[in-house]
Amino acid sequence: MAVQFRAGQQLVSAVDSTAVIIIRAPAGECVLTCGGVEMAAPGESAGGARPDPAQMGGTQIGKRYTDEADTIQVLCTKAGTGTLALDGQPLRIQAAKPLPASD
Amino acid sequence: MRLTLLLDMAADGFGDRVLAGRRSGGITAAELARRSQAGAALVRERGADALVYLDVNGPAFPVALFAAARAGVPLVPLNYRLGQDQLDALLARHPKALGIAGPGALAHFERAGIGALTAGAWLERTGAEAAGAPAESDAAERDDGEGEDPVAVVIYTSGTTSEPKGVLLRHENLVSYVLGSIEFASAAETEAALVSVPPYHIAAVANVITNLYAGRRTLVLESFTPREWLRTVREEEVTSAMVVPTMLARIIDSDDDQSVPSLRSLSYGGAPMPSALIERALRTWTEVGFVNAYGLTETSSTVALLGPDDHRAAVASSDPAVRARLSSVGQPLPGIELEIRGPGGEVLGAGRSGRICVRGGQVAAEYAGAGSAVDDRGFFDTRDDGYLDQDGYLFVSGRTDDTIIRGAENVAPAEIEDVLLRHPAVLDAVVFGVPDPEWGQRIEAAVVARPETGIDPAELRDYTTRALRSSKTPDRFWLLDALPRTETGKLLRRLVPDLIARAGNGEQPAASEAS
Repeated sequence: MAVQFRAGQQLVSAVDSTAVIIIRAPAGECVLTCGGVEMAAPGESAGGARPDPAQMGGTQIGKRYTDEADTIQVLCTKAGTGTLALDGQPLRIQAAKPLPASD
Repeated sequence: MRLTLLLDMAADGFGDRVLAGRRSGGITAAELARRSQAGAALVRERGADALVYLDVNGPAFPVALFAAARAGVPLVPLNYRLGQDQLDALLARHPKALGIAGPGALAHFERAGIGALTAGAWLERTGAEAAGAPAESDAAERDDGEGEDPVAVVIYTSGTTSEPKGVLLRHENLVSYVLGSIEFASAAETEAALVSVPPYHIAAVANVITNLYAGRRTLVLESFTPREWLRTVREEEVTSAMVVPTMLARIIDSDDDQSVPSLRSLSYGGAPMPSALIERALRTWTEVGFVNAYGLTETSSTVALLGPDDHRAAVASSDPAVRARLSSVGQPLPGIELEIRGPGGEVLGAGRSGRICVRGGQVAAEYAGAGSAVDDRGFFDTRDDGYLDQDGYLFVSGRTDDTIIRGAENVAPAEIEDVLLRHPAVLDAVVFGVPDPEWGQRIEAAVVARPETGIDPAELRDYTTRALRSSKTPDRFWLLDALPRTETGKLLRRLVPDLIARAGNGEQPAASEAS
């Protein structure tokens, strides 16, 4: 089910240990999946879902993920075995642009 | 988004890495997470609504910060150097707090009727109870991003111009700052950051959370001396450090061994940096990358920075506009929108000076008892004056409140002070406005002479007139033994007139024009 996301929202995978935070939300409603199954708020996952074996590429903690059109940015807060996807399109790791340490 | 999310990520991603203290025996990410659970349990047990920290910086500080975060109460670091009356007044604002006290500080909490334990006991209790504490977060602090956003830290301003105000920094502000400027686990395991600012300074709070998220070990210098700083950098193979300008001046002026072979990055901020000083530092440490950071407590630390490449480009350039950037604070962070506004609130273009206003997730701009200080577009007025150059580099000319209006001309004291500080005989300088029947305000200066040279006032006057123009040359020069500065180098301008008055009773001004 397509939903409207907002920055700061936390979502967990239904099929693996992946957890993310929405850093930049897409303008319209969309579906965010991990391992092919829709992600849900912590504690609200329906359970019993089976992952899509073709979408088990894994996620890395601390990496930012985005889509080709750069409409969404999520931060992976817990690593897992699934692949993140927005409306069926897999997300890719966004290259880091580190700033010099200032504190 | 809570601060504990950053800690839990660190514990999950690099739990065995030492994050605070010496390489052997320091606190690892996983241990910090366990201690924060135990500390939060202590806070809840006492029914405390705040955790007040009254000690020098040390390993107890990050434990306190994250324990408070986990318990959902603010951490309130107070200045242990304040006088008893000032401390009593601040403690009275937190009657239901739990206190963490440095040596000799328990008495302050007792007087205020606040339950407290020593920093040593705090580390012992959180360490002992950490072993049995549950590893998972409990329900009370689980957060789905929809609930309220509690205050994470209260920092009292140093009150350079008025009574101390409690700046409220919410979890969302601090997490925004970290996610907007730091890459997770980006530090190598060999990196170490040296912290010299006291815990009640925003840079100390920012230091804990940014280095934690980067996976960088932090070391603390409890009380700063140039010798200790240099020795620690060498012995602990420190790779990055942050200093305030007065600290840098003392390091550069010291007779100690100034070699810092491991140091890669040195950031400075917290007060204006005299250009003569940064030029000397760049010549002394050619291998170090310098970072000038501009930020306020209200903006969760840095909003603009001048990086190492900018410093090198400025020094090497023959283009005056590029060279001038050495005295800029660089460009705004990606998560910050910055505007320069005129007196009517209108947005000014490049090259025009006005009020610096900022917007972004890290901008807290909220005060205890006074609410939010952002305008209807979400911008916070820093009350600093400045301008942007053609390429978006920000030049800060000083606090709006310090601006001298002589005749119809606005004069920034910082510009004149910078010139005075370039004079070889001047150790410290302050420029201020004095009510004047003819001009509205006239310009006066107080200077501190280098002990080995002394000052010839007439020569200093000529020098200033040559470097600036006569309308910006102080009408009077006063000689003082020292200027009133906070521990972090901020000038306490409100105390200057009193010092001048007392000096005036005892001695003639260094130079004065008949007027």
